[in-house]
Amino acid sequence: MTAPEFEHADVELCPGGPLLLRGKHVVRDAEGRIHQATGPLTAVCRCGKSAARPWCDGTHKLLPEDKRP
Amino acid sequence: MMLPKPRGAFSAEVFEALRSAPSRLADTSLPEAENADDTAIALWALYELHFRGLEDVEEDLEWHPAALQLRARLESDLEARLRAHWVGTAPQGDFAETFFAFVADHDGPSLARFVQTKATEEQVLDLLRMRSIYHLKEADPSAWVVPRLPTVPKAGLVELLYDEYGAGDPNRLHHHLFARGMESVGLRSEYGAYVDDAPAEVLEQNNAMALFGLHRRLRGAAMGHLAAFEATSSMPSRRMAAGLERLGLDTAMIGYYTEHVTADAAHEQVAVRAICGALLDCEPALWDDVFFGAFTCMDQEDRVAGHLLGRWQEAA
Repeated sequence: MTAPEFEHADVELCPGGPLLLRGKHVVRDAEGRIHQATGPLTAVCRCGKSAARPWCDGTHKLLPEDKRP
Repeated sequence: MMLPKPRGAFSAEVFEALRSAPSRLADTSLPEAENADDTAIALWALYELHFRGLEDVEEDLEWHPAALQLRARLESDLEARLRAHWVGTAPQGDFAETFFAFVADHDGPSLARFVQTKATEEQVLDLLRMRSIYHLKEADPSAWVVPRLPTVPKAGLVELLYDEYGAGDPNRLHHHLFARGMESVGLRSEYGAYVDDAPAEVLEQNNAMALFGLHRRLRGAAMGHLAAFEATSSMPSRRMAAGLERLGLDTAMIGYYTEHVTADAAHEQVAVRAICGALLDCEPALWDDVFFGAFTCMDQEDRVAGHLLGRWQEAA
């Protein structure tokens, strides 16, 4: 087939990094607070160390590999 | 904007020809460039014809054969210089993992760290003036690459650009956020306002992005550059925001940087996986150029940082 149906996900688990969300989601954090995504693409922290939780701020990159999500 | 100030005999003649005698641009009798500034400002102005144009240059010179001939000569020198800077070889392995490690292993002086802890307000304003050369056209050179990509990476690039361009809301458009930030700290927000203050390192940083964006052949380098740019943005943006807060600068400029902390944490994943990774799945021969583009992004930032930190140290 020359024009295939591509596999595509709206929610993507990035190895060692965040959860990538496509779409303007509203996220409830662990404390029950609501956070509105400001754009169509957001990354949700999975390492627990972001200073901008629930959003990712790239802090996972500073963690040793075995501590990354 | 008008043509910038020439920086030597070469750019002076080029600008004069752009204003009044374009066929002279192809003359082999043009003087040799006096220095890196002289070359960089001439190429910057030629590229500007493809972005927003220059008020004192006729619009149809964008595709004038003599202008293109001169541009090709300057671009060939620029590309050779950029490739000569990269003495390494592209690492091999799983692309995303290898790319993130390649970026993490790069070490260079950090302007953001200096801003966070030490910079004076005048130094920060100096940096913002330099950043404005690119930030007021943020993402524009990458947009040229869209029609040159296969389906999957094209969808990824447009997804990223849609966010860069405000997802339909002009108030969220990143280069507009920067313009608002510039005004909030008392700087001029017009496009190109500070180009005459920009050193060759900053002009060349902008010229490289235009070079990669305008040439289909260099689409791998363009996307590698974009991915490295995004992957080195979140944490420095947080440091920038912290430094601006330390100095009590206006919230609009701080907001530009805090926006980039979280936006670019998402963009780096898209740029690395959905754009570069997907591009290499379709066109594996572009592997080396993706890393060349990424290296160029980081290397040129080191050169800009080295120049500015050196200049501030001298003035202290």
